[in-house]
Amino acid sequence: MMLSRTFPACRRLLLAAALLLPLPASAHRGWMLPSATVLSGDNSWVTVDAAVSNDLFYFEHVPMGLEGLAITAPDGSRMEAENLARGHYRSTFDIQLKQPGTYRVAVAGDGLMASWRENGQPRRWRGTREAFAREVPAKAEGLRVTLGQRRVEFFATRGKPTDRALQPLNVGLELVPVTHPNDLVAGEPAQFRLLLDGKPAAGLEVSVIAGGRRYRDAEQEMTLKTDPAGLVEVKWQGPGMYWLNASVRDGNSGLPNVERNASYAATLEVLP
Amino acid sequence: MRILPILAAAGLTAAPAAAAELKLTLEIPRLEVAEYHRPYLAIWVERPDQQAAATLAVWYDMGQRNAEGEKWLKDIRQWWRRAGREMRMPVDGVSGATRAPGRHGLTFDAAKGPLSDLPPGSYTLVVEAAREVGGRELLRLPFQWPPAAAQSAQAQGNSELGAVSLDLRP
Repeated sequence: MMLSRTFPACRRLLLAAALLLPLPASAHRGWMLPSATVLSGDNSWVTVDAAVSNDLFYFEHVPMGLEGLAITAPDGSRMEAENLARGHYRSTFDIQLKQPGTYRVAVAGDGLMASWRENGQPRRWRGTREAFAREVPAKAEGLRVTLGQRRVEFFATRGKPTDRALQPLNVGLELVPVTHPNDLVAGEPAQFRLLLDGKPAAGLEVSVIAGGRRYRDAEQEMTLKTDPAGLVEVKWQGPGMYWLNASVRDGNSGLPNVERNASYAATLEVLP
Repeated sequence: MRILPILAAAGLTAAPAAAAELKLTLEIPRLEVAEYHRPYLAIWVERPDQQAAATLAVWYDMGQRNAEGEKWLKDIRQWWRRAGREMRMPVDGVSGATRAPGRHGLTFDAAKGPLSDLPPGSYTLVVEAAREVGGRELLRLPFQWPPAAAQSAQAQGNSELGAVSLDLRP
């Protein structure tokens, strides 16, 4: 207050600087948080929270939509979630692990975002490929269109880890395990391969952040880079839930004059 | 003349290694806690590369309906990762009910069960205990197999396990 009254110009400058900074609003992260990832016994259930938030893993912003929820059972078949619900801060669902082995639980899909100017006014639009042709002018002042291709996932294993559900789909950005994602322990570095449209994503920046952010002062984000074969090695900071994230911006949207933003996020549990 | 049948009998019943025996004494401490559950416990043999060579015993709550007790086997965390998740419970002669606080003696015969196909070498016997609403503790005792002479090893737990001792007889 003192500062603003004495130096109004300075205050304006501070405000401008604040707007330019990567504010938390730009760090909205999509994630799923499973109740367990390593399970024993025959009657195993996993309950899952899904949300978009700044801090990991806290429900503080909006629930994640589950329209693109796709669960792959160990034998490669698709299965349905149960008890889906949308709360104020988070969505939730249950899955029953009827088969032994590894499950892949993903929320994936794509959507288009467009911005342009109409009669001097900025316009923003968001929607499906189908609605795009209908609702966005083919030619407009400053038209910029991006295809967002997103995958948010986690893995859970009942009994012995298996690989069948982990086969890449060769669409967008994906993680292929070298170290099995349900065989992670704090003292052992893990290796993963990142693929973009089925090919190794070389030189890709991968960010890994431990959960429990509220109880420490710094993000302690690990920023890693994939090698020419798309491989990345993660040295865990300790046991816990981690969020691994990467994204790529390129022109491979398959649509003329449309950029693509492919993103990937996985929640990985590291045991002591 | 009298010594002959004895020698013959010894030679016939089993190879020299067959007489070998691994004896384990372990203590489950009595804990003054409001909610006590007997620990889940696994005893297994580990190779120098930490891979499991044999699971000797797994104590868990076998009495529950629908094998509900198996839900918590993964809490014997290291055993679960090294061996348990590859096994189908229950296993005859290996699975057993949880045991009460006190000293427990177990004897494993080289001629039968999991030790019968253990190749000669250096091993570690691992005892891991995990208790519901309690902690987890793991103790390691090294040994040579088969024992050329009598061997023993001791370890002392400080939370979920008490004194553990291993005695091998050729």
